[in-house]
Amino acid sequence: MDWFVFFALLQDGITTGAIYLLLAIGLLIVFSVTRVIFVPQGDLLAFGTLTVAALQSGHLPGTLWLLDGVSALALIASLFQGRRAALRGVLAWGIYPAVVTAIAFVLAPRELPAISIILALAIVTPMGPLIWRFAFRPIANASVLALLILAMALHFVLIGLGLVFFGPEEAGAPPITDASFDLGSLNVSGQSLAVLACCGVLVLGLRWFFGATIHGKALRAAASDRLGARLVGIDASATGAVAFGLASFIAALAGVLIGAVTPLSYDAGFDIGLKGFVAAIMGGLVSYPMAAAGAILVGVLESLSSFWASAYREVIVFTLLIPVLVWLSLRSGSPEDRA
Amino acid sequence: MSRASPPPRLISGSTSDRLCVDGRVKPGHDGMLRTWTVSFAAAALIVMVPAILPTFYVTLLGYVGMATLVALGLVLLTGISGQTSFGQASFVGIAAYATTVLTKFFDAPPIAGLAAGLLLTGVVAWLLGLVTARLSGHFLALVSVAWGISFFSLFGTIPQLHGFNGIGNIPPLRLGPFSAVNLRVNLGIIWAAVVLIMAMSANLLDSRLGRAIRTLNGARLMGASVGIDTVRLSRTVFVLAALCAAIAGFLFAHFQRFVSPTPFSLGASIDYLFMVIIGGAGSLWGAPIGAALVVVLRDQFNDWVPRITGQAGNFESLVFALVVIVLLQRAPDGLLPLLMRFKRHAPPHAEPGDDAPPEQLPAPATIPGEELLALEAISRNFGGLAANRDVSFTVHASEIVALIGPNGAGKTTLFNVISGVLPPNSGSIRLFGASATHLSPRHVAALGLARTFQHVKLLPDRSVLENVALGAHLLGRAGLLRAMLRLDRAEETRLLSEARIQAMRAGIANVLLVPAGDLPLGQQRVVEIARALCLRPRLLLLDEPAAGLRLPEKQRLAALLRQLRAEGMGVLLVEHDMDFVMQLADRVVVMDFGQKIAEGPPERVQSDPAVMEAYLGGLT
Repeated sequence: MDWFVFFALLQDGITTGAIYLLLAIGLLIVFSVTRVIFVPQGDLLAFGTLTVAALQSGHLPGTLWLLDGVSALALIASLFQGRRAALRGVLAWGIYPAVVTAIAFVLAPRELPAISIILALAIVTPMGPLIWRFAFRPIANASVLALLILAMALHFVLIGLGLVFFGPEEAGAPPITDASFDLGSLNVSGQSLAVLACCGVLVLGLRWFFGATIHGKALRAAASDRLGARLVGIDASATGAVAFGLASFIAALAGVLIGAVTPLSYDAGFDIGLKGFVAAIMGGLVSYPMAAAGAILVGVLESLSSFWASAYREVIVFTLLIPVLVWLSLRSGSPEDRA
Repeated sequence: MSRASPPPRLISGSTSDRLCVDGRVKPGHDGMLRTWTVSFAAAALIVMVPAILPTFYVTLLGYVGMATLVALGLVLLTGISGQTSFGQASFVGIAAYATTVLTKFFDAPPIAGLAAGLLLTGVVAWLLGLVTARLSGHFLALVSVAWGISFFSLFGTIPQLHGFNGIGNIPPLRLGPFSAVNLRVNLGIIWAAVVLIMAMSANLLDSRLGRAIRTLNGARLMGASVGIDTVRLSRTVFVLAALCAAIAGFLFAHFQRFVSPTPFSLGASIDYLFMVIIGGAGSLWGAPIGAALVVVLRDQFNDWVPRITGQAGNFESLVFALVVIVLLQRAPDGLLPLLMRFKRHAPPHAEPGDDAPPEQLPAPATIPGEELLALEAISRNFGGLAANRDVSFTVHASEIVALIGPNGAGKTTLFNVISGVLPPNSGSIRLFGASATHLSPRHVAALGLARTFQHVKLLPDRSVLENVALGAHLLGRAGLLRAMLRLDRAEETRLLSEARIQAMRAGIANVLLVPAGDLPLGQQRVVEIARALCLRPRLLLLDEPAAGLRLPEKQRLAALLRQLRAEGMGVLLVEHDMDFVMQLADRVVVMDFGQKIAEGPPERVQSDPAVMEAYLGGLT
């Protein structure tokens, strides 16, 4: 392998690593606020890619009908929960999906990449809060294990829906930019830079959100002490919805970004989500900088191993990760913390 | 949210209803009769049911039985000892391929295939266990996904295993001249295996090791403090669960007589977890319930969902997953606790004979006045914070030393250093005359030091008796096999009798059958003391034993501690109740900001100006 190939692989690895990082952040947010290991985040990522692809080919995606249908259920449910909840419900689950649907109807046939991307984000993002509302909120206090199994079941629901909506074919998203730069004799693709830029903007945005806004602070409070946060009046249900909303937005964005690099099929999200999970675990499910390092490591490992033995890519990535995980686990001391 | 409230707790009555207070087993005609009746009924069912069922149900029941075997292992692993595995299907696969290769390609008898499958799976699991036994929750789950994926791809790529085409025409089970070509015979064999494994697992859980296994789920520190080798034990449970899967794999190969990688995929492993969680991971009975439900639901959905939708292969797992979600929402702890709600339970009550005088226990093996513990210049830091700085003092036999000081003075840290939980940064510890500076909690316990915890560490769902009996772990020897085959009864009787006696001494004999988590916090502390006494310690470390106790209970505790002192035990206690401390302690050590600021008899310490300053912020 010469230097140029290595650089190309490295660039690939860092780009996918950035995607894994986005997913890791989403997982960390959801886990620390609600204790849910959000397995279906990867499936929402695939939804993101495939929704853009459908819009780009002039179709209205099935995810739009899913949004409308489940929103209608949430709207009906909110009508029975007092005036304030009903008002919020009408806004979030009545007017919002109606507006999105209307825009999609009018603009989808034009097949404009920017509009498609924004619409895809607008369609997939509400899925997080809806998943929280109907799947997890009813058993928010159950054991981590029960929540994990529920997340697994949800994964099967989402890939089932994905197959129905999008069929078994792979599809890609339009690139944000076609530009590329020559750095000496090395070629840097504009899409890679765009991915990294989006990643950076998102990280800074989240930093601001968690540091400076009341919702962000409420989320941090709920993450550090769920009971204490409730005692000072932080609405556990609302923080859960915000956490899931952030995660699904991140997933949708990651889907749009990765779709331009790699076409995805309806069931490709699980593996990608798993690697995001690996990165998150490397951060010990608590530390964001560690998760970033882990994500880049996974991306680069994967990229390099796909060069040598592409058929065994997954096996190599996971096998190489075992020693890392063991080291991290030993460093974190005895497995007592779950008492 | 009323649904989120914990379900009614169940305690195992099995250990208690056969024991009287002197610890002798009363076999009781009822119990024996019941056991025999149940065994006979089970045997009759296993013979009769396969003979009369239509073939379709024979196959279905076969799959339920094999899934139950895997799920039983997973209940032990995930439900009881708290280790989540997404890789059980790999173990099924290893054993299935092992017996396939041996019996089909090498013409070996199936019994050799079984042995090879168990051996190979055991070795693989043991090697994986070297890694996983130390891993905590999410790490283990992730590593198990990794090997789940790896083995699946291995089954598909090793050319000798014929890849995804699979291997057919596997010879049927046979023993000598008898050959089980008939599916019905196989069904009987499968369910006989289920009953056998289930009985052995139940025996295991109702034993010394069973109690120890339960500490693996979130109470490992407590387990180590009573001398349990938690790392080795969790590896053992891991291998056991893999062996259960291996037996299923062996039966699977000869029942289906065809193997391919698909039934050993990550998806299959997830299905096994679904079974356990839906059935109820906390109990062995969750395994057959969950297995039956998942296998039957999958089968039914595969049958009628395509008929409704007109499409094959699109909606079955979607509908199945939706049903799983609804089931989980209705019963997050599984269906079993829900079913058990309808079963009437005799209310826990004090048993007759609870007031009988305790049997004479051997006094602690100490020489009067002997030095039990000597701390020399112990320092322990957390980052920049010095929790202990140059702390030195001693505790002797027949002495009660109280360690007092304001909150944050470093008392609990010092307890953790002494009991081996935290290594000191500098300084040395001598325990019973030998250096103990770098011993683990388990070894410290084995030497004769017992402790309680400031934040009570009990198994809240288990009875007080079982919790106390945990302390007697080191008094027993019986291993896994003896426990599974119920050859450990004499020893078990001895341990439970010890637990009863110590519980009685501590004054909680009237609540022996109550789940420990249902007691008020003060009483839970007393349970910890009784547990510590079961170690028959020479030195007892008590962290705030009187907190949450009412006055009569405090007096009773003080009397007990005096009695222990008279018998020769050394006691080191942290306590905030000054009346309690001052009337009881021979010597008081006062700490503030990690340092020892005073030491001496209670009356002198009370008038020490440094102590008054630490407690009252200075009067001058």
